[in-house]
Amino acid sequence: MRSRLIVWLAMMVLIAAACGGGATDGGEEGTALPTEIGESEGQVNIVAWAGYIEDGSTDPAYDWVTQFEADSGCQVNVKTAGTSDEMTALMTGSNEYDLVTASGDSSNRLIAGGTVQEINLDLIDGWDTVDPRLQDAPWHTVEGKHYGVPYDWGANVLAYNTEVFGDTPPTSWSVVFEEQILPDGESNAGRVQAYDGPIYIADAALFMGVEQPYALNQEQYDAALDLLRQQRDLVGRYWHDAFIQIDDFTNEGVAASSSWPFQVNILQGGGAPVASVVPDEGATGWADTTMMHTNAPNPNCAYKWLNHSITSGIQGDLAAWFGSVPAVPSACDGNELLGPDGCNINGLQNFDRVKFWQTPTEDCLGAGGTCVPYYKWVTDYLAVIGGR
Amino acid sequence: MTAATQSSRPIRRIAAALYRRRRLRLALLLALPVVWLVGVYGGSLASLLIQSFFSLDNFAGTIDRTPTLDTWRELFTPANRAVMGRTIGMASAVTVAAVVVALPLAYYIARYASTRVKGWMVLAVLLPLWSSYLVRVYAWKLILAAEGIVNWVLTRLGLGGVLEGILDLPVIGGPSLSVSYLGQFVVFLYIWLPFMILPIVTALERVPRSYLEASADLGAKPGTTFRKIVWPLSIPGVAAGSIFTFSLTLGDYIIPTVIGDSSPFIGLAIYSQQGVAGNLPAAAAFSFVPIAVMAIYLTLARRLGAFETI
Repeated sequence: MRSRLIVWLAMMVLIAAACGGGATDGGEEGTALPTEIGESEGQVNIVAWAGYIEDGSTDPAYDWVTQFEADSGCQVNVKTAGTSDEMTALMTGSNEYDLVTASGDSSNRLIAGGTVQEINLDLIDGWDTVDPRLQDAPWHTVEGKHYGVPYDWGANVLAYNTEVFGDTPPTSWSVVFEEQILPDGESNAGRVQAYDGPIYIADAALFMGVEQPYALNQEQYDAALDLLRQQRDLVGRYWHDAFIQIDDFTNEGVAASSSWPFQVNILQGGGAPVASVVPDEGATGWADTTMMHTNAPNPNCAYKWLNHSITSGIQGDLAAWFGSVPAVPSACDGNELLGPDGCNINGLQNFDRVKFWQTPTEDCLGAGGTCVPYYKWVTDYLAVIGGR
Repeated sequence: MTAATQSSRPIRRIAAALYRRRRLRLALLLALPVVWLVGVYGGSLASLLIQSFFSLDNFAGTIDRTPTLDTWRELFTPANRAVMGRTIGMASAVTVAAVVVALPLAYYIARYASTRVKGWMVLAVLLPLWSSYLVRVYAWKLILAAEGIVNWVLTRLGLGGVLEGILDLPVIGGPSLSVSYLGQFVVFLYIWLPFMILPIVTALERVPRSYLEASADLGAKPGTTFRKIVWPLSIPGVAAGSIFTFSLTLGDYIIPTVIGDSSPFIGLAIYSQQGVAGNLPAAAAFSFVPIAVMAIYLTLARRLGAFETI
């Protein structure tokens, strides 16, 4: 009986600890923006996607860190994250990181949660060179305040097997959403893939012609789920690991799937008969922003990196490395690694046809009305993949 | 000499003190394991349990720390029940198949193999464990792929139709072996099989040869001897092995993402609730499903007398 008492005591202590834990992280409300960049603190800590901050250790040709470290006196420490949610968790969970390269499906969460701070654009030298279409984008600008500096963007393209489609590239996402006979005479059932992330519900909504696929009311949402449920019968495997998808295109006879330019580039580099299009319906996509933590321990180095991050050299190199489109259009010209057509290959001309990832919120991204929030998307998409 | 006794004197004094205080001795011996089990292990379980009574704030996506039963209510939606059914079904199938495959092999290792051959065979069983689990799972993905070696060999042998027939079957079939429950089952079985073989070998080694001889002397056919002597005596090993294969399959979340048609398993569901949705309460509540299943399983195993000889 005594052991039971001990367990109870332990639980009470834990309850107390769990309930008390929330009180410690109070937000800083003194919102005076810095007016100048001071002495460097010697380092800057960045949470980034894999491949976003290269110091030449993966490939010596791709290095946009070493020179910065020498010039600024700030050593760059990178913590890579695999998903937007991991990034959000890393940033909200500690005060040790200065910057994060957040996609639109995490940036607004960070802003709403008070995790990232407003940026003083007067201290960002190259701001005028940033693509004007990105300068006030809603995924980093809230109520006229800028919470970050755009880094790069890209579209979720429709990748397809050229041996299956021959001379007639697909023009609609219907090849992955609706059962049909493909140009090689066989059904698409079992030969298409879909993205293994709840944000893919937006792809279904986009295909159905919803204007704002990240703000779905119940009716639109249910229709999208119905479409995805019948897509389940067509999909062999849902992908979330780029390299598994590359393998599936090579060894599994996949005919078409939503994909990233990254995989398409690698597959084409390996001689696989794969090409990609942005279909008539448009596409979903990601636009990433470098954002600064509210309690950033190294604000001066952080500002120095923000300045560095939109210089044309790093922008072009990043686009070449990752298969993305630079946030600074002038970086498209004269970059050796990217080549003269690099930006077009990576989809520069697609901007207006891309619906960039945002986190669905109950208030319809602030537009009013009632929408289905993101956590519902997660549960329901899991159920769809499970065949429900 | 005197110096030596002098220097060992404090140790002796401690030893003597410990000898006299039995309870203190016991406490010191158990302190570390108890801190580990109650503090670290029990503590994390308790914090999981507490988390599961919180809920997710729909608007900000943050965790609302007011106690509620909502999370538990949402756990038993049809979709989640399907996840549980799928996982438990797979774990049971893998366990049964592992017993069927492991028993003859273990019987040979324990009864017939010479000491040298036995060493080699145990090594062969353990060898796969020397390489990374991930490497083996990804290798299986290639082996089972539509353009993989299994398909190639069967097609060359003119048996492509047989494979297609199997893949056309409902439930276990799919577009290719690596995208079907059947392939997933094969990989699970391969990965966890060593954990079934070794305990059974140990159990069978303890069956005295004289029992088998006595059984034969009394006129029992080999089948009867197996049913009445070998099988009952191997049950402790089977039980121990099945706990491994069952619980490991129950908790695995890598294989279902690499092999199979992406249908979520319990581990995967927990992972996406926690890692993707940031819905810690739901993930915590889900974590109690495998715990509950294992508790039931262990109780049943004990009822069947599986632990009496361990």
